[in-house]
Amino acid sequence: MNASLKRIIKSGWTGFRRNSGLSLATVFIMVMAISLVTSLFLLQKTTGYLVTALSEKVDMAVYFNEEPSTDEIDVIQKELTGLPEIKSLQYISKEEALAKFIARHQNEDVIMESIEEVGGNPLLASLNIKAFEATQYAAISSFIDSASFKDLISKVDYSEKKPAIDKMFSLTSTISNTGIGLSIVLAIVAVLIAFNTVRIAIYNSRDEIETMRLVGASNWFIRGPFLVQGMIGGLLAVLITFLVFGITLWFLSPKIDMIIPGLNLFSYFFGSFLVVIALQLAAGVGLGACASWLAMRKHLKV
Amino acid sequence: MISFRNITKVYQAGTKPIVALSNVSFEVKPQEFVSIVGRSGAGKTTLLKLFLAEEKPSSGNIYFEKQDIHQIKPHHLPSFRRDIGVVFQDYKLLPSKTTYENIAYVLEVMGASDADIANDVVRVLDLVGLTNRAQSFPEELSGGERQRAAIARALVHQPKVILADEPTGNLDPYHTKDIIKLLTRINEMGTTVILATHNQDIINSLEKRVVTLEEGKIIRDEERGRFTL
Repeated sequence: MNASLKRIIKSGWTGFRRNSGLSLATVFIMVMAISLVTSLFLLQKTTGYLVTALSEKVDMAVYFNEEPSTDEIDVIQKELTGLPEIKSLQYISKEEALAKFIARHQNEDVIMESIEEVGGNPLLASLNIKAFEATQYAAISSFIDSASFKDLISKVDYSEKKPAIDKMFSLTSTISNTGIGLSIVLAIVAVLIAFNTVRIAIYNSRDEIETMRLVGASNWFIRGPFLVQGMIGGLLAVLITFLVFGITLWFLSPKIDMIIPGLNLFSYFFGSFLVVIALQLAAGVGLGACASWLAMRKHLKV
Repeated sequence: MISFRNITKVYQAGTKPIVALSNVSFEVKPQEFVSIVGRSGAGKTTLLKLFLAEEKPSSGNIYFEKQDIHQIKPHHLPSFRRDIGVVFQDYKLLPSKTTYENIAYVLEVMGASDADIANDVVRVLDLVGLTNRAQSFPEELSGGERQRAAIARALVHQPKVILADEPTGNLDPYHTKDIIKLLTRINEMGTTVILATHNQDIINSLEKRVVTLEEGKIIRDEERGRFTL
């Protein structure tokens, strides 16, 4: 390694160690900033998961007046498969509908007795439709309303479910947007505070910087150790944040899984190790280095 | 070696101009010991700041070895300053570095090897009598020790010129004598010394060249001068 670079790194490390009070305060502030950036990342994952989970639960059923013939079913399926919004189609005959109903309610005596009393099969044949996105059901519904097979249809349950679906997505979207907006604001505040902390630390050293200039040190020789100090602070902050998040998620994940089944933030956090580390390093080391670089400019004009 | 030619420096205090130096011209020969004397505010420190290119003159030129120092490009200033050793009145030691590291710093910026740094720092620490204070931080040193450390830093890289701005301003008479002896010794070893002071006893005991400033003008320049204001 180049002797000057070695001296710059050594000097940066020594400065960080000897100004331990100020260094630790800077690291603490950086931990806050990186934590907010990481929280934003996890919040996005959580809201994304919620939206996907809700979307998957939403479907649309088209009920037929009478049991359609096999040819009619083929035509209907062919016509609907041509729609780019449709992810999957499942035809459920009257018999299958009844079998499913009985299987679901076999322990409920009142319902089973009612079925027996009615006699025969009161249920309708239906076509279950899943769209790629929940917002696409409206388009599919209006297509069905004007389709060639519309006379065969008894009812489409989308219009009944629509208000509930809209409300649910509006709520999810509001929570997601508010959370992201709030996190971004907090992250900006934390970044500014971290930036200012580094600036104050360098401002405190302005006399030292002036002396360095006057004894013949080049800009790089002066700036280098401060950059190294900023980067060490950032790196330490990344390590601390990573550990804190790792341990916290390890304990909280089972509880989160109970509230939102299937969402394992711990696995996600470590599964996205490279992304998380890159994000944190960019926030920590980048912040430390940029803040030092910008704060030094003013003092290097002696 | 050093030539101040028609130097004028005017500071602006609001709308009021303050003339710190007015048409100052003199030359300093190699290995000379020149004392610049004058009352506070006479322009001594301004003259040294201009020579160190800390500030620019309002008019006039300063030449160091035939080079106009105010024409030096900013990125070449560090290498120009490495030819000069400066002793500041307030020492300007780096507080987070030990005495040894403060002195070594000047050699480090010049890219000296670790072995050379170790040799040279030990040599100057011995010269200024601070060998046993090498690992002390500036705040642990007395005023006299700090000033000796500052002198050691100024001469460790064997500069062509040493500028000493009121180097005894904060010292008692005993330490003052000590520091002046040290500067005289350095001068005898071949280094040009420019000393700015208002200490009458120092000047009268030195019997060297004295340039006297008053209100920013040279009023006397004598080969073996005395302090007369």
